[in-house]
Amino acid sequence: MGFLHTWLPYILAGIAVGGQYALIAIGYTMVYGILRLINFAHGDVFMWSGLIMVYMITVLPLWLSVILVILFAIVLGTTIEKVAYRPLRSAPRMSIMISAIGVSYLLQNFALYITGGLTKTYPAINWLQKTVTIGSATTKMVTLITPILTIVLVVMLVMLIKHTKIGMAMRAVSRDFETSSLMGIDINRVITVTFVIGCALAAIGSILYFSNYTGINPMSGAMPGLKAFVAAVFGGIGSVPGAVVGAFVIGICENLIKGAGWTTFSDAFTFVLLIIILMVKPTGLFGEKNIDKV
Amino acid sequence: MKKFLALTMTLLLVLTFCVGCGGGDSGSGGGDTIKIGVFEPASGDNGAGGKQETLGIQYANKMQPTVDIGGTEYNVELVIVDNESDNSKAVTAAQNLVSQNVSIVLGSYGSGVSIAAADVFADANVPAIGVTCTNPQVTADCEQYFRICFLDPFQGTVLANYAYENGMRKAYCLSKLGDDYSVGLVNYFVEAFKALGGEVVEEQFPDKNSDFTSYVANAKKAGCDVFFSPVSTEAAALIIDQAEAQALGMPLLAGDTWDSNVITGAAKGKNVDIVVTTFYQEGGNPDFDEGIKAWFEEDSSAMTNNGGNTDLAAVTAMGYDAYFVALEAMKAAGSTDPAEILAALPSLQVSGLVCGDVSFNETGDANKTEAFVKKCNTETGEWEFLTKQSAQ
Amino acid sequence: METRLNKKTRAALSVIAIALFVILVFLGDKYISAGSTWKMLITVIEKGSIFALVAASMNLLNGFTGLFSLGQAGFMLIGAYSYAIFTIPGKSHDAVYQYFDGGLIKWSIVEILEGKMGIFGHYLGMFIPMLFAGLFVALIAFLIGIPVLRLKSDYLAIATLGFAEIIRAFFQWNTLGPVTNGSNVLRKYTTYNNAIFPVIVAGISIAIILLLINSTYGRAFKAIRDDEIAAEAMGINLFKHKELSFVISSFFAGISGALLAMFQTTINATPFNTVMTYEILLIVVIGGIGSITGSVIGAFLFTAASEWWLRGLDAGKWLGIQSSLMRPGFRKVVFAVLIMLIVLFYAQGIMGTKEFSWDGFIGWWKKLPAAIKGWPQKRKAAAAAKKEARAVKAAAKARAKEAKQDSEMKKASGAALFTPLPMTDHVVVFDKEGK
Repeated sequence: MGFLHTWLPYILAGIAVGGQYALIAIGYTMVYGILRLINFAHGDVFMWSGLIMVYMITVLPLWLSVILVILFAIVLGTTIEKVAYRPLRSAPRMSIMISAIGVSYLLQNFALYITGGLTKTYPAINWLQKTVTIGSATTKMVTLITPILTIVLVVMLVMLIKHTKIGMAMRAVSRDFETSSLMGIDINRVITVTFVIGCALAAIGSILYFSNYTGINPMSGAMPGLKAFVAAVFGGIGSVPGAVVGAFVIGICENLIKGAGWTTFSDAFTFVLLIIILMVKPTGLFGEKNIDKV
Repeated sequence: MKKFLALTMTLLLVLTFCVGCGGGDSGSGGGDTIKIGVFEPASGDNGAGGKQETLGIQYANKMQPTVDIGGTEYNVELVIVDNESDNSKAVTAAQNLVSQNVSIVLGSYGSGVSIAAADVFADANVPAIGVTCTNPQVTADCEQYFRICFLDPFQGTVLANYAYENGMRKAYCLSKLGDDYSVGLVNYFVEAFKALGGEVVEEQFPDKNSDFTSYVANAKKAGCDVFFSPVSTEAAALIIDQAEAQALGMPLLAGDTWDSNVITGAAKGKNVDIVVTTFYQEGGNPDFDEGIKAWFEEDSSAMTNNGGNTDLAAVTAMGYDAYFVALEAMKAAGSTDPAEILAALPSLQVSGLVCGDVSFNETGDANKTEAFVKKCNTETGEWEFLTKQSAQ
Repeated sequence: METRLNKKTRAALSVIAIALFVILVFLGDKYISAGSTWKMLITVIEKGSIFALVAASMNLLNGFTGLFSLGQAGFMLIGAYSYAIFTIPGKSHDAVYQYFDGGLIKWSIVEILEGKMGIFGHYLGMFIPMLFAGLFVALIAFLIGIPVLRLKSDYLAIATLGFAEIIRAFFQWNTLGPVTNGSNVLRKYTTYNNAIFPVIVAGISIAIILLLINSTYGRAFKAIRDDEIAAEAMGINLFKHKELSFVISSFFAGISGALLAMFQTTINATPFNTVMTYEILLIVVIGGIGSITGSVIGAFLFTAASEWWLRGLDAGKWLGIQSSLMRPGFRKVVFAVLIMLIVLFYAQGIMGTKEFSWDGFIGWWKKLPAAIKGWPQKRKAAAAAKKEARAVKAAAKARAKEAKQDSEMKKASGAALFTPLPMTDHVVVFDKEGK
C-alpha cells in the first residue's frame, strides 16, 4: 500500500502518456508494416493536428473543430503519401526514408514560420482538464479518459483488420507486397487507407496529449514521434497490439524513472530500451519472424 | 603521383600551423545612418522572450529615431538577426551583424547565445550591451560585452533570501539540461539557500520535454516548501498547468524570465501561487507604459510579437533602456566608430531610464543592488508588486 | 573527341587550384575587414568546409557502404568535447568550470607543449587533441558498431539515432560535470586564428577519404552497398568491412566536431541533436549520395544559402523584393521546399555518383559556349517535347478515366476492392473469406 501510495501518481501519468504514444505508434507500425518505411513525418502530422486545433477553436465550436482536426490530419497524411512517398515507391529504401526526413523538416519549418517560433497554448477542453483525485494522486480527467479511449479504438481497429475486406487486404499487403498486387489488390488504396487510419488516430492522440501538456511548438511532435516509433519497434513492428503494449511500457517506465530521480536520462532510457530490444529480440514482443529473401 | 600529392598536403598542413594571427580591423559607420545590431532570438526556446525584448528596442527606435553625434544628425537603423536560441547558430548570426557594419550590438535574451557570440564581437572589436542575459560568464572575460541587468549570483541570492525569509526551508529546484541560464541560476540559488540553512532537491529535465507530471509529483513526494524553476516561459506554462492539475500546494518561485504575459496567461484562473524577481515593475513609469501599450494597439504585428495582448514584460522595458544606453554611448564617444564607442562605455552614466540608472563596474556589469519581487494575481492575470529585495 | 590529360598535368592542375584557393582564403581572412559583407564569405567557407568533412564522412557510410546511419551529430559531439576539454588553458579553468570548482583536469595540452616547444608546440598541442578527438570517437564507434551493425537498414538508422541521443544526455549529466561541465558551455579553449586552418584540415581529411574510396577497401564497401550477399559470396568479410567503414567515418566526424568546436569558440551539447544529423544528411542528398565532390559542393551551398544568401527572406527584403510574407522563419520554409524539390525531382543530387575530374571539367568548359549558343534551339525542342508529353498524358488520362469507369462498374457489381483476375484459384479463396 505504501508503495502504491508513493508511486500511483507516476503510474497514472505513465498510463496516460502511454495511451497517447500508443495512438501515434499505431500509425508508425501500420505504415511500416505495409511500406517498410519509417514515416518520420508522422510525429509532425501529430504536431500539426495540435496546431490546427489552436487556430480552429478561435472561430469554430469545439465539436466541429475536433472533426475538422481529424479530417485535416487525414488530408495531410494522405497528401504526404501521394506527393512524397508514392513517386518513390520503386526507388531504393534509402531515398524514401530521406524523403520522409525532408517532409518532416518541411513541416517543422513551416510550423515555425506560422507560429513565429512561439509556443501556442492548447485550448482548454473543460471536462478533459477537470481535476480528479484518485487515492493519493491528483490528476486531470484526460489521464483517465486516455487509456479507456485508446483501448476502445484499438479494439475497433483490430476488428477492422481481422474482419473486413480492407483489413484482409492490409494483412495481405503487409505479408507480401508484390504478390498481393498480383492478386489484384489495389495497393494504392490499401496504403491510402492505412495513412487515413494512422493519421486519424494521431489526431485523436494529439487532442488527448495536448490537453494534458498544453504547449505546442514546432518541435513538439519530434520527441513523442520518436518514442512512439520505439514503442512500435518494442512491440514488434507491424503488430497493432504490440505497438499499444510497447507504448504503455515506455510511458510507465519513463515516468517511474523520473520518479526515481534519474530525470537526466528519462529520454535516453527510451533509446536504451530500443537498442536492447533490437539486440535481444529484433522482431519485438509480438512481431513475426521475418525471413530475408535472397 | 600519390606520393607527390601526399607531400604537398603535408607541406600545406605545416604551412597552416605556422600561419600567424589574422585579426580583422574594424569597419566604421558611414553616411548619415548609424546601425545598431539587434542580436535576439525570434525562434526556439527563447523566441517569445526575445521578441518582447526586441519590441522594447523597436519602440525606443520609434520614439527616438535619430541621434546627434558630434553635431551631425544620424538616422538610427536597427539590424535585427535571429540567433534561434541556438549556440551554434548564434556565431554566424553574430558574424552577420558584424559584417553589416553595425556600430554597437544589443542583446541577447538568454545567456548561452551571448556567451557563444562574445568572441565574434571581441574579434571585430564591436561593443555589445547585454540586455537581460544574467549569467556572469557573458561579461567575465570579454572586454566588449557590457550589460544593463543584474547577475545570477545576485538574483539567486535575492530569491534564496526571499524564500528563507518567508519561512520556506526545503526547495525543489528544477532546471533544463543544456540551458546555461536555468542551470546557473539554480546553482546560485542552491548555494545561497544552503548557506542560510535550507535544504534542496535538484533535478533537471531534458530538451523538448513537455511532460512535467513526474517533476511536480517528485516535488510533492519530497515534501518541499517551494518549487524553484527559473526555466524558459515555454516550459513554465506547462509546469504551471501541471501544478494546478496535481494541486501542487507550494509556491512556484522563478527569476526574470517568468515576468512575462505568457506566465500570467497560463496562470489566470488557476489555483497556483507564483512569485518572481524582475527588473521592472509595471507602473514604475506611467508615460512609458501608456506609450508602448498605445503602440501595441495600433501596430498589429507588434501586438502579435508581444503574445497577442498589451501586457508589458520587464524584458521589453529593458530593451527600451538598452537602446538609450547605446545612444548615450554614441553621444559620449562623439563617433560612430565601434572602437570609440567601446572606449566610452566604461565611464558612461545614464539616468532617466525606465528601469533605473545604469553605470558599469570594472567587468562591464551594471551596478544594481535591488530586484523587484512580484506575485501573480491569478484572478486578474496581472502582476502585483510585493517588495524590493536586496542581496543582503 | 577531347584529349585526355595525363596524370602529371592533372596532379599539377589540382595542386595549383588547391594552393590558389588556400592562399585566397588566407588573404581573405587576413585582409577583409570585419565590417565587410565579404567577411560572410570567409565565415561560410569556414563552416562549409567543416560540414563538407562531416558530410563526406556520412557519405562514406551511407553512399559508399550502404549503411544508413543517423548518428553523425552524436559523434561530432564527442569529438567537439574531447578536443575542447584538453585545450582549455589552466588559468581559465576556474571561470569555465565555475560550478564545479575548476573541474577535474586543470591543464591543457596546448600549454604544456607550448612551454616546451614554443609556437610549434602550440600547434602540436592543437593537433594532438584533434587527433585524439578523432581516435576517441572511432573507439566509441567501434564499440557501438559491434552490436548495431548487425541490424538492417532502417533499424540501423533508428539505433544510431538512439545512440546519438544517449550520448547527448550523457554529456549533459551533472555527475560528469567536473569533466564535461554538465549543461554549461565549454569555452576559452584554444581555437584557430585563420580560416585557412579548417579548410586545410578538412581538405586533407577529405583527400584521405577519397584515397580510401579508390582503394581495395573502397571497392569492397561499394560491393557491400550494391549487394551484400553477392559481396559475401565473393569472400568479403561483411562485418569487418562494415565496422571499418563505420569507424573511419566516425573518426572524421570526430575531427569535424573538433573543428566545429574551434569555429564556434563555445561548445554545448544541446545543438547536436537529430535536426543537425538531418541537415548533414540533406547536404549529402543535395550533393549526391555516392559523390564526395557532391558532398563538398553541397556543404558550401547549404551553408551559404542558410546562413547568408537567404537571410534576407527573414528580414523582409531579398534581392530587392519586398513582401509581407517574408518574416522570421520564411527562409527556412523556402529552404525546406527547395530540399523537397531536390529529393523528389532531382534525386541524384548535383553530382549523382560522379566525382570531379579535370577531364570532365575541361570537357564541360569547352562545350559551354556551344551549349549557350544552342540554348534557344534546345529550349524550342524542349517545349515541343513538353507539348508532345502533354498530349500523351492527356491520352493516358482519358484511358485511365475509361478504366476507372469500368472498374467502378465492377465495384458496383460487388467486387469492391479486388479486381478479380480471371482463372486464378487465389482470387476465389479471397472472395470466399471476404464474404
